[in-house]
Amino acid sequence: MVDISKSFGDTKVIDEMNLYIRENEFLTLLGPSGCGKTTTLRLLGGFEQPDTGHIIFDGKEMNSIPPNKRQLNTVFQKYALFTHMTIAENIAFGLKIHNKSQSYIDDKIKYALKLVNLEGFEERMPDSLSGGQQQRVAIARAIVNEPKVLLLDEPLGALDLKLRQDMQYELIRLKNELGITFVYVTHDQEEALTMSDTIVVMNQGYIQQIGTPEDIYNEPQNAFVADFIGDSNILPAVMVRDRLVRILGVDFPCVDEGFGSNTPVDAVIRPEDLEIVKPEDGILTGTVTSLIFKGVHYEMTVMSHDFEWLVHSTSMSEVGKEVGLTVIPFNIQIMNKPESEDEEAAAIEE
Amino acid sequence: MRRPQQLKNKKLLAGPYLFWAAAFVIIPLIMIFYYGFTDNDGAFTLTNLAGIASAENLKALGLSLVLSLISTAVCLVLAYPLATILIDLNIGKSGFLVVVFVLPMWMNFLLRTMAWQTLLEKNGVINTFLSLFGLEPLALINTPGAIVLGMVYNFLPFMILPIYNVLCKMDQDVINAARDLGASPRQTFTKIIWPLSLPGVISGITMVFIPALTTFVISDLLGGSKILLIGNVIEQSFTQANDWHVGSGLSLVLMIFIIFSMMFMQKYDKNGEGGVF
Repeated sequence: MVDISKSFGDTKVIDEMNLYIRENEFLTLLGPSGCGKTTTLRLLGGFEQPDTGHIIFDGKEMNSIPPNKRQLNTVFQKYALFTHMTIAENIAFGLKIHNKSQSYIDDKIKYALKLVNLEGFEERMPDSLSGGQQQRVAIARAIVNEPKVLLLDEPLGALDLKLRQDMQYELIRLKNELGITFVYVTHDQEEALTMSDTIVVMNQGYIQQIGTPEDIYNEPQNAFVADFIGDSNILPAVMVRDRLVRILGVDFPCVDEGFGSNTPVDAVIRPEDLEIVKPEDGILTGTVTSLIFKGVHYEMTVMSHDFEWLVHSTSMSEVGKEVGLTVIPFNIQIMNKPESEDEEAAAIEE
Repeated sequence: MRRPQQLKNKKLLAGPYLFWAAAFVIIPLIMIFYYGFTDNDGAFTLTNLAGIASAENLKALGLSLVLSLISTAVCLVLAYPLATILIDLNIGKSGFLVVVFVLPMWMNFLLRTMAWQTLLEKNGVINTFLSLFGLEPLALINTPGAIVLGMVYNFLPFMILPIYNVLCKMDQDVINAARDLGASPRQTFTKIIWPLSLPGVISGITMVFIPALTTFVISDLLGGSKILLIGNVIEQSFTQANDWHVGSGLSLVLMIFIIFSMMFMQKYDKNGEGGVF
């Protein structure tokens, strides 16, 4: 539905980015702060103008269209409610601008407040609401206008963990009920994995990887994605031949093919994919150097071949204990090694 | 056990101010009330207050109200767009511009007003300049216009600063949200920016209107002795007529006017942000 390509700003915030957003999907822009994800959203909303490139919506060029003429609405990071209006007036704002009839507006307010579970809040003022409630008003205010796309800029950033989780489910439910496209910006990888149909991982103005949450987690395309999405052991390695990789001088069977022979690569092994076994059964042997209880699992580091391996396991091994480590071939992810920063970015461009 | 001790000590800190307030605010006020409600023999009377009803004084009060309302309106019309422009500039530039507007306040108020006298005089700078082109000299000084000019010139910074402050604090995303919801730039201004900036506007109006209503120096210097404002009437009854009773009575009437106008303003300043009181 949208095809964007633009570079932007004095310091290049977004460099020649191409992104295709499909109708009715939950697309998340994920990345560390300063990666250009909010700028991307503001370009879509029309609050910033691209230096070059085009924003195309439903086949129509959008660049010169001001925000008030775009068929999308935004939920801002700090809610941006109109503090001098009641909740009902806030929600009615867009509808009144578009000259809807009073009875239509009243119905819509009722419908929207019901949707965000805030019935009976019509006459309250925004300042008297909690953060989560204000957030839901901001969402209600955006969706009553029936936008084709809803842009959300870290809407849950200011909420506490419990409320954030509740709101994540609320948002998924809303998206399914409304059947519109959500473009969601966050730096929280867990949030992105939970909610999205498609995740766009960004860093320094470049798209690093686009894919489903499963793809992004299980098959990161480069070290940045692997590191940013969850914990991982990222190691320099050599692809000896198809289905055999040498990591830290030790040969591991794997399932990857087509990298050539004796090619330097990066290997990623997720901490939960490493298994602790008796020293004699391990591909690697090492000593447990730390142990932290994390609730669902224990987080351990195992020193082996001068590398601290991060291991998640439900059974614990005491510090100082000699252990063996194994990993099944399927769980080793091989990535091309970037030769330089620029090439890294260029290679990842989709 | 410690807390009451601390509280007691804290209260002591208010001592210097309490002394100040008693000596220079409360006692003078009591004296004004005393003089205002008594005659020369010290007997209670309302004639001093009723003095406002004389044709001459009513005219002065009316003129004061009209001129200070005009000045306030002019200040607002000048200050609001200016404050908007200041916001749009980047920090460094706007800081410089704010200094430019506040700079005159670093000079003595009387001197600045006297400078206008020199500019506006019959043989002053402006008329001399006009005569170079063979133009007739204009009657600039000693007109109501000159007084309004003096008021606007002197009080403009008091209008700019609160409006600038309130606009500065406004979340840019609130404005973006209005645009996002379909409001045109003009609708965004009338429905969002203006209502949200009202506390600053009201505080600006109060800070310009009240000194303008009570001034006698500006009207003295730029209005000559021809145009009497209520401030001049009060001043003259103290200094020239030496009648403290009438002067105090008129002052009290003026105070009532100011209190009413403030209460009127306060009604529009619902959440009290940026208010001066």
